[in-house]
Amino acid sequence: MESYLFPFDSLICMLLGISFTVWFTLLLVFIIVPAIFGVSFGIRRLYMKSLIKLFEWATLRMERGAKEKNQHLYKPYSNGETLKRSLRGGAEPEFDMSDIFYFCRRGVESIVDDEVTKRFTAEELESWNLLTRSNYNFHHISTRLTALWGVGVLIRYGFLLPLRVTLAFTGVGLLVVLTSVVGLFPNGRMKNYLSDKVHLMCYRICVRSLTAIITYHDSENKPKNGGICVANHTSPIDVIILASDGCYAMVGQVHGGLMGVIQRAMVKACPHIWFERSEVKDRHLVAKRLSDHVADTSKLPILIFPEGTCINNTSVMMFKKGSFEIGSTVYPVAIKYDPRFGEAFWNSSKFGMVNYLLHMMSSWAIVCSVWYLPPMSRMEGEDAVQFANRVKAAIARKGGLADLLWDGGLKRGKVKEVFKEEQQKLYSKVLVGSTWTLSGCSAALNWPLPEPAQTEL
Amino acid sequence: MGSTNSTLLKIPNVEVLMQETGFSPAHIIRLHDRFKALDKEGRGHLCPQDFGAIKELAMNPIGDRIIGAFFSPGKEMVDFHTFVKILAHFRPVDKDRPKEPNSPELINSRSNKLKFAFQLYDQDKDGKISRDELLKVLRAMLGMQVTEEQLESIADRTIQEADLDRDDAISFEEFRKSLEKVNIDHKMSIRFLR
Repeated sequence: MESYLFPFDSLICMLLGISFTVWFTLLLVFIIVPAIFGVSFGIRRLYMKSLIKLFEWATLRMERGAKEKNQHLYKPYSNGETLKRSLRGGAEPEFDMSDIFYFCRRGVESIVDDEVTKRFTAEELESWNLLTRSNYNFHHISTRLTALWGVGVLIRYGFLLPLRVTLAFTGVGLLVVLTSVVGLFPNGRMKNYLSDKVHLMCYRICVRSLTAIITYHDSENKPKNGGICVANHTSPIDVIILASDGCYAMVGQVHGGLMGVIQRAMVKACPHIWFERSEVKDRHLVAKRLSDHVADTSKLPILIFPEGTCINNTSVMMFKKGSFEIGSTVYPVAIKYDPRFGEAFWNSSKFGMVNYLLHMMSSWAIVCSVWYLPPMSRMEGEDAVQFANRVKAAIARKGGLADLLWDGGLKRGKVKEVFKEEQQKLYSKVLVGSTWTLSGCSAALNWPLPEPAQTEL
Repeated sequence: MGSTNSTLLKIPNVEVLMQETGFSPAHIIRLHDRFKALDKEGRGHLCPQDFGAIKELAMNPIGDRIIGAFFSPGKEMVDFHTFVKILAHFRPVDKDRPKEPNSPELINSRSNKLKFAFQLYDQDKDGKISRDELLKVLRAMLGMQVTEEQLESIADRTIQEADLDRDDAISFEEFRKSLEKVNIDHKMSIRFLR
């Protein structure tokens, strides 16, 4: 019996050996080498296009299934019912008993889901992207669709996930090792050059490990030395996305464990700003260190996320004014993720970091667009808060994100009476007859109309 | 994210709830999540302050009346079942559902939607909207933007048009009649997401 199995044994070993070699060669050729040089074969874009076609097909099937059973497919809600239309649109609008319905409906809508919490939960999609976590029409799936979903699971968890995890480890490992090596060089142009190259290479590998397909717009506005780069924040991945296209000095708290190792290695190659936990509370110290860094034009631009918390990428919350007080040029950057391929938003109250990374790496892809906006400086007579709002509005406009008044930290203050008054004003104007429309008022109030934010890629 | 079934099992009498309100399991779960999010202290029921913390509701001119609709007289707490039942008023009407002759009236029927709106006007719950109550609602919706005279003339005109039995108040039947032509389903329904 034993001698019978021997040939099979060695055959299996040989096959395994060959497949591993092939695997690693492919990895090297198609992913790591292009990452080093910053070129791309275009495989990821092809992948993205095929995925889109697949998702459209899946949604059509579900719609057909829903129609057969005579039910409604629940789609993201965009009832643009305006105050003007809901009242009788005659020349002389009069009060009608039904006018109360408008306010009643809006009130109940806000009970079910208010604008602020909506910003904090993952965006809801029009079509299904074959991920159970984003499907809301469970009972409309046919067997064919289930089979497709099953295949999708196999591909994502069996093939893509191990591939990505390998790449991630490679990327991080190389980052730590190479930055430490570069740190041994004497300070000078050579060191800076090497450090840039090393950082870029490792971040590019990390980008590939997430299968992130990024489109950069307006690269001529890329942040320069001595400036501060400001971007909206959706997930921890934002850092990797920006840093794979340019070199920045990172700002953050000193962590322990693996993150700490990475931080210490990075700072050997080029100056990053890491704060101890105790130092973070001292605003003057923080501001001083940032100003000192910015004043030295040989140092890289600082990357800061002023929102301070992860928003779900449909809006830009209030920017904290600290980074705008420093007084150097600000380079705004808008990042917008395409939610069809994978939800990049990190709801830190629901998921831990490891869980989140697992989600990320088992999605189809992360597709996003980055817009570099022209640099802005604080104008005469403008204080930090106004400057911050100006930058925020520019970012929101560019990325197609809604500009919200609410503070990302959700301060529990009393709602200003002025908001209620504005609503009353609105209603009275319609009643008494005026040319104001709801959209006009919304723009003035900085109050978003209820409509899904669409991305164009 | 966990199976939907496990969340459903945690809710007591969920079958009855779905039957009475017509919400799908996905909706119930969504509403349950929302209920838990509003119930910040985790007491298992909501009080008026929890509703008051919703900024958009606080901004709404008739926000207090809407909150009042959730709490029956004397009660200071709303449990999940009551919460869902009241929100069920705002479910869109199922157009394709056949009318069973002996089944109890659906919560989201036209008549029940109208009753919900009626109680927003009729705060003392005497079955009639008096001139005074109408004035109060108008004042809430218009604030300081119109004068007292304008308010009174609007109220007078409305009562004149709707009050058929000339008792200077609008009963539910008169209310219903004046809104005959209005698409209640459209105005008093919201799409429940997820």
